[in-house]
Amino acid sequence: MNRFDLTRRLVAKLKSGEAVIGGIGNTNFDLWAAGQRPENFYMLGSMGLAVPIGLGVALAQPARKVFVLEGDGSLLMQLGSLGTVAGTAPKNLTIIAFDNGMYHITGKQKSLTADTVDLVAMAKGAGVGQSEWARDEAQFEQLVQRALGGAGPWFIGARIDAAKPAGVTERDPARIRQRFMAALAAKA
Amino acid sequence: MSWHHSVVKALKANDVRLVTYIPDNVLSPLIDAVHADSWFRVVCPAREEEAVGIVAGACMAGLRGITLMQTSGFATLPNVLASLIVPYQIPALMLISERGTLGDHQLGQAIVCRTMRPVLQALGIEHFAVERDEDLEFVVDGMARQAYATQAPAAVILSPLLTKKSA
Repeated sequence: MNRFDLTRRLVAKLKSGEAVIGGIGNTNFDLWAAGQRPENFYMLGSMGLAVPIGLGVALAQPARKVFVLEGDGSLLMQLGSLGTVAGTAPKNLTIIAFDNGMYHITGKQKSLTADTVDLVAMAKGAGVGQSEWARDEAQFEQLVQRALGGAGPWFIGARIDAAKPAGVTERDPARIRQRFMAALAAKA
Repeated sequence: MSWHHSVVKALKANDVRLVTYIPDNVLSPLIDAVHADSWFRVVCPAREEEAVGIVAGACMAGLRGITLMQTSGFATLPNVLASLIVPYQIPALMLISERGTLGDHQLGQAIVCRTMRPVLQALGIEHFAVERDEDLEFVVDGMARQAYATQAPAAVILSPLLTKKSA
């Protein structure tokens, strides 16, 4: 599967002001390329913090669905956050992990998921019971649909190719924050 | 009256309802107090970075928060502060119990303590160390009000003069 393609499939399903947190690097570049929704937050640093940021949004606004997009390298940096998500059990939070088994942006060095680490098993082990690998694009869409309709937290893993992102996020943190906050001040 | 009541009062006055923390012995009376008070939403994640990230997300979504930690925990934060909190102008509050000075027995704590103020200064983060209980509510209230008024993070440091000498 391909990250940009899956991100577009996700974004196409978002009709109710769902918040989307794009993790550092290619993950948020593809989110940007998929259309600049004001409810998107693009993380330009703080590798590993997409899940905590998404959890904070989810706790603050239980009526709004929140999607976190992370890469394997980023998630590996903050595995404890999966336990925090399980412990706080936000019904409105979904984590999508794009796993290409590598640090693509820094030169395609192998990540731990290329060998032994299984991120869905990690999420399950942390206590996020509703965790599943998407086998293909159609099942990815089904899992997203289920997350939109039912009580989370959800964890969706997707094994992706090594394609470059389809765009590059505009790097203006203050603007990103202001736009995101203005969008989230509106009712979900 | 123990010092932690002053912190709770100032947090309530500023509508700070989310408390994230990594456990610390000195902070335990405050941690117990916020857990026992249903006005607060309390989260204890695995790392200080996570704790600050949760406050950042909540803050952008309209829920004000503070992270409680000790000196060594603050030392894990420079990258997150430099690449998320400061550039995005997020008023994340931090309350740091100061270890490594005035009678600490751990060399590691003493060394890491010396990095705290230089890091706060280098990042331009407003910070103030409280030594007396009679100043605490005023300082926490003022730091919080200024943080929200100026869209900037702030760190209140609890000196052992407050938490140990008068305890």
